[in-house]
Amino acid sequence: MSDTGHLGVEHSGVVLSGVTKRYGQVTAVSDLTLSIGAGECFSFLGPSGCGKTTTLRMIAGFEDLDEGEITAGGRLISSSAKKFYLPPEKRDFGMVFQAFAVWPHLSVFENVAFPLRLRKLSRSDIEAKTREALTHTGLAGQERAFPNELSGGEKQRIALARALAVNPQVMLLDEPLSNLDPKLREEMRFEIKDLQRRFGFTIIYVTHDQAEAMALSDRIMVMDQGRVRQVGTPLDVYNSPADAFVFGFIGLSNFIPARIENGAAHAALPPGGWDGPAIGPLTRDIPAGLAPGPVTLACRPTEIDLLPADDPREAPRGVVRRKAFLGEIVDYRVALGSTEVRIQRFRRDPSFETGQAVKLLFHRLLWYPA
Amino acid sequence: MSFLPDMRKWGAAEIVLALSILILVVVVAVPVALIFITAFFVDGAFNLADVTAILTQRDTYEALKNSIIIAFGVTVISTIIGVFFAWLVSRTDLPFKGTMKVLFLLPFMLPSFIGALAWKMLLSPRSGYINKMLMGLFDLQDPVFDIYGYWGIILVESMYLFPFVFIQVCGALERMDPTLEESARIAGAGLTTITRKITIPLIMPSILAGALLIALYSLAHFGVPAILGTEAGIYNIPTKIYEKIHQSAGSFKAIRAGTVLASLLVVSAAIILYVQSLVLKSGRFQIIAGKSVRPVALKLRGFKIPLLIFSAVYLLVTVILPTVTIFLVGSLKTYGLSLDWANMTLENYEYILFTWRLTRDAIFNSVYLALSAAFVTMLAGVMISYVIVKMKPRGKWLLEFLGVLPFSLPGTVIALGVILTWSGRFGVNLYNTAWIIFVAYIARYMAFSLKSNSAALEQVHDSLVEASRACGATQWQAMRHVVIPLARPGMVAAFFLIFLPALRELTTSVLLYGPTTRTIGVAIYTLNEDGETVYAAALASIALVIIVLGQIGIKKLTQARAEGV
Repeated sequence: MSDTGHLGVEHSGVVLSGVTKRYGQVTAVSDLTLSIGAGECFSFLGPSGCGKTTTLRMIAGFEDLDEGEITAGGRLISSSAKKFYLPPEKRDFGMVFQAFAVWPHLSVFENVAFPLRLRKLSRSDIEAKTREALTHTGLAGQERAFPNELSGGEKQRIALARALAVNPQVMLLDEPLSNLDPKLREEMRFEIKDLQRRFGFTIIYVTHDQAEAMALSDRIMVMDQGRVRQVGTPLDVYNSPADAFVFGFIGLSNFIPARIENGAAHAALPPGGWDGPAIGPLTRDIPAGLAPGPVTLACRPTEIDLLPADDPREAPRGVVRRKAFLGEIVDYRVALGSTEVRIQRFRRDPSFETGQAVKLLFHRLLWYPA
Repeated sequence: MSFLPDMRKWGAAEIVLALSILILVVVVAVPVALIFITAFFVDGAFNLADVTAILTQRDTYEALKNSIIIAFGVTVISTIIGVFFAWLVSRTDLPFKGTMKVLFLLPFMLPSFIGALAWKMLLSPRSGYINKMLMGLFDLQDPVFDIYGYWGIILVESMYLFPFVFIQVCGALERMDPTLEESARIAGAGLTTITRKITIPLIMPSILAGALLIALYSLAHFGVPAILGTEAGIYNIPTKIYEKIHQSAGSFKAIRAGTVLASLLVVSAAIILYVQSLVLKSGRFQIIAGKSVRPVALKLRGFKIPLLIFSAVYLLVTVILPTVTIFLVGSLKTYGLSLDWANMTLENYEYILFTWRLTRDAIFNSVYLALSAAFVTMLAGVMISYVIVKMKPRGKWLLEFLGVLPFSLPGTVIALGVILTWSGRFGVNLYNTAWIIFVAYIARYMAFSLKSNSAALEQVHDSLVEASRACGATQWQAMRHVVIPLARPGMVAAFFLIFLPALRELTTSVLLYGPTTRTIGVAIYTLNEDGETVYAAALASIALVIIVLGQIGIKKLTQARAEGV
């Protein structure tokens, strides 16, 4: 416990050490240790119920910890051992919630001025800081409006302005864009990023949308069932998913069951599958230290080429089962033995029809234990 | 489908539509119109002089004043009680708060006039048991409490009306998006600031909605002022109307004075409902959560046990004590005897249930009237809701308006309207028969039936009917096999929403009863007036037993249904 405390003192970001949270029999967050740098944009990514929101709420101070401690800017804010919890209102964080949580009985101006009034600032300071926050979020001129007169996007801007008004060091964002329509969502991503660049606060961002996490974050933590699966940059997480869960969660994916036999760098498709010669590309890239036996091959639909059956290159054979034209992209389902593989090609690539025999050229494969 | 259908094509739809309009016009529109006509027209000419003459009479003016004083007091006190207990059970860590919430709704079940009767027995200056006990205990010459008066009326009404606010506020606090309060905490606000600046303003519409319902109810309430006010010469509008009509044995002059007072009630009710709609209309109070996280309960710490005891004592005093008193007094050999085992007997119950014609009739009448009115109103409600929700004819607002109008009309007003309509003016004279009460109940409870049935029918999406038609079902078959089965929960709910209040009804039937058509409420009231306090209490005990059994029955039935689905 003491060394993590030591870590906290030196660290100016947000540090979680051994944080565990249980609800009755269910462990919502299990032994989470994490250090988020000052000024970093860090995302918690995972399916619903993975513990990402619980973690954020523990950082915010709404939930006590069952184990571990949290520091922010070198200051201890939560500790289960010391039974110390700085109340949320004393943490000086900004927070934006999924359901906007703008107060319907207050005008736009009063919503944003609320945290400033609590800090007993002078009248002119409140006025100036509120206007500044409203200007930065594109709400200038809407001061007198009430939230019910505004759109969802504007409501979320109020929430952002309100969080921004006190110039917080840390901004907690709990799925702030998931109640907005897709176009607005994309626009707001950039605005949030812009605000961060201008004010330099740390962002901790909770989302279940991998594209959103990719677009925004310096680093992403992928969580599942209360445990960390991977922490890394968006590129890391996309290119080298730590396990099949992460691979499956980030982007479209194919999982093909296979075997490593006789310790040799050779993989075969399952029985009843393709019965041709040794599988060309699949014999490559087998990571060292992967034990013989069943494995799972993972690949993205865009990283497989479709070739005519008479192509001279050595590659597994399959049959096109379904084909869907999605505009710029053509989506194929190809039977590869007993597995169905999803393949996405561009409209301009050579086209194949349902029922046609093809060869599959895998550009990039990842190997995970089955 | 047009409001005035093509005369050449009178199909089922047109008949249903015409029938719906006819029912609402005969049952609702005509009686209400007659009240205003009787009040403002004499011999076919508009006549305001008589109206002002009636209103400036001292006793009518006093009645108006008293109605307002009582309604104001009751609204303020029950709102405070309701908000406090609602906050306690939905936002704190009070022990047993789930059970407590159910217990706080109990006063809804108890008819307030029975409560008034009990409190009279406990706190009347001459013979109230608590007064006698205190006088004996401390050797006092004068009684400590006097239940007859404004305070008695206001406190007793508040005890039974606060659940209106309690339910509304509990609902608002539970449905409210917890992040509205959490974002205030993150912004730096402590719990008291949040309560003051965020929570209270946000639940204000719910508080107001409940408070206005209480004001509406109290303004036109007959039972409690009749039992606790008349003795002290305090009349409100309904009791004054009753007194005038009763004293003159239903003379037209008295009825006319009644209609003037009734018009006042209608106008105040309209104002109250208008204010309520204004409050609820502005969208500044959309506080429903998108996703629900249970709000953090406020830790009461040292106040936990004292507040639990306070709540328990409150329930003991307002619910248990009056109920026990009613049963004990109902078992006394003679009123005024001390509450000893030696003075108890079961003969009263036997006499009331099996021997005395008056009380036997009353029980029979109430059960019979409540069952038949509930059944008929439920069926009519299904039909009219179907027209409004599914057929959507032009001018459906008129049906909606006529249907919910009685909801804002006090029972006294409906009774007067029914007297004016069904006393031979249109060739039908139901006066002094049970039918006139039956007609009045249909008018009074139509709004309940429409609300419940419309809500259920709204759930039955048009595409379900269209799908069955596409499968080859006729309109009637679609109705029978698709609409009715899906709307059945609404129908069952409507039936009980009418049956239970009708069973204990007093305000309307007290103006309509004849020698053999007393209801339970009327019988209890008149027995009490005649000084037959013991029999009044015994009959009230039986009424309470019937009501409780009815409630349990509904609970069982609706639960079984819910599990069956």
